[in-house]
Amino acid sequence: MGHTLAEKILIHNTGVADCKPGDIVISHPDCVMFHDIYTTNVYRKFKEMGFTKVWDKDKVVIMFDHLIPTCLPLDADHMKHGYDFAEQFGAKQVHVADGICHQLMPELGYAKPGDVVFVTDSHTTTYGAVSCFSTGVGYTEMAAVLGTGEMWLRVPSAIKIEINGDLPQGVTSKDIALRVLGDLTAAGGTYKSLEFCGTTVDKLTVDERLTISNMAVECGAKVGLFAPNKETAAYSGVDFADIAWLHFDDDAVYEKVLTYKAEDFVPYIAAHPFVDNVKPLSELEGMRIDEVFIGSCTNGRIEDLAMAAAILKGKHIAPGVKLLITPASRSIFKEAIAKGYVETLVEAGAMFTHPYCSLCEGRSGGLLSDGEILLGTNNRNFLGRLGSTKSETYLSSPAVAAASAVTGVLTNPVSLK
Amino acid sequence: MEKVFEGKVWKLGDDIDTDIIIPTQWVTLDTMEELKTHIFEPLRPELAASIRPGDIIVAGNNFGCGSSREQAPEGLSALKISCIIAKSFARIFFRNAINNGLLLIECPNLPDHCEEGDTVRVEINHCIYCNGKEYAIPSMPDNLFEIIKDGGLVKHMQKLNHLKQ
Repeated sequence: MGHTLAEKILIHNTGVADCKPGDIVISHPDCVMFHDIYTTNVYRKFKEMGFTKVWDKDKVVIMFDHLIPTCLPLDADHMKHGYDFAEQFGAKQVHVADGICHQLMPELGYAKPGDVVFVTDSHTTTYGAVSCFSTGVGYTEMAAVLGTGEMWLRVPSAIKIEINGDLPQGVTSKDIALRVLGDLTAAGGTYKSLEFCGTTVDKLTVDERLTISNMAVECGAKVGLFAPNKETAAYSGVDFADIAWLHFDDDAVYEKVLTYKAEDFVPYIAAHPFVDNVKPLSELEGMRIDEVFIGSCTNGRIEDLAMAAAILKGKHIAPGVKLLITPASRSIFKEAIAKGYVETLVEAGAMFTHPYCSLCEGRSGGLLSDGEILLGTNNRNFLGRLGSTKSETYLSSPAVAAASAVTGVLTNPVSLK
Repeated sequence: MEKVFEGKVWKLGDDIDTDIIIPTQWVTLDTMEELKTHIFEPLRPELAASIRPGDIIVAGNNFGCGSSREQAPEGLSALKISCIIAKSFARIFFRNAINNGLLLIECPNLPDHCEEGDTVRVEINHCIYCNGKEYAIPSMPDNLFEIIKDGGLVKHMQKLNHLKQ
């Protein structure tokens, strides 16, 4: 009997002879990370539990990305507790403002194909793009894992999502993520492994895959996995032959299979105030917007900035519209500067911030006031998350976001003159 | 933890996300006593002050979806509610609640048949009674029940670390 990608990684990690959905297994993470929102909580819980050092300091990373630069004086205490933890109990590295944790984990090789990784953040599903079984946990659980090096997991059932063919012009991997989310709904993947395959999926770049795995949690999923190819193996710095076992088995048991023709995809929007309130852009085209945000662990990567720069080159954003751009990491920021994207986007009227969670975290620059409407490339449009509870947030691809910044209304990039 | 208890219902809908349970601007407050006053603020600003110890929250599908912020279940725990009954829970919230000793009960049929202000009676691992009707509920896996019985993962780990020494 074959196995799903999730089952393969859990068997590899836990050493059990076999496993099936519903089994409880004890996993041994290859890396764990906690970020600045939870440093204080992890530090306190770890001490309260009676631990005196982490189980393996080379497998522990701390990242400051949500609260940096700080927007409240209290936030600075969280940095202090992060450093205190590293000094007293051990950590391989504390990354300060190097970028959003979910970009850094795969980019810096902390999350690799076939690994099991836990992070104190829901968007930890992102590293499924590089075939890593990665999922979010809370700060109490993190404290326990840091002390024991173990965490129980229920083996998830899996949904296979197969997409074949060529995506139409102006359609991106964000549109794949939104379409699947709309079809599955915000609870349709709860506790499950979403596993992506098909000829369209095979051709997706690492950046495009990261967007889709990132959004898997919006369906409630535990993980959102891709099988590796030579390009994704090279990105992770591993030999493809060593991870070729991470392939799809024809006889693996999937709870459900969703099959799509890529040609049927269009640009989509997740409309306020639910992530699964997904509509074709054509239904909302022409709707007024006040602000555009391009960034986040969903769509703040170099290909996203390139897409935005290509659309905004030689143009200017509409009068009265604000455009906020946040690269997902320091290295992406540097590359965007070197390639001229930053200059193009700044000339077009964009505001740039240093790489961090930025507006997506909803507690610093760019917050919305009553009646304002935001179009963002991020992952959540919940009530009040990005400012006033009387503001509205819509989610799209970077291409739709850039085109809409030019016109001031929701716009299909293909129709932009 | 009592095996059988009764409580007054506060009723919420589907997809109650953790940004609704505790907005991001409050997550760095230093104590749960301060933080708990902001629970459910974007949706129902009056609710946190109205909830009394022993009350029960009844909600629809996917309760606790969104961010992994554990301030959501820990803040709810600080309000001393006796449990949350929902049609379903988001996975990280589920683990976080257990780890804070907060009892969650999945019961797909009850929420459509009870109103705010009703009293429900819970018999853990057996059933729920509401308005003269009985609703079956599943038993919890042993490893989770052990954590809840110990009062959460911190106390559970203290016990294990003490046993080791």
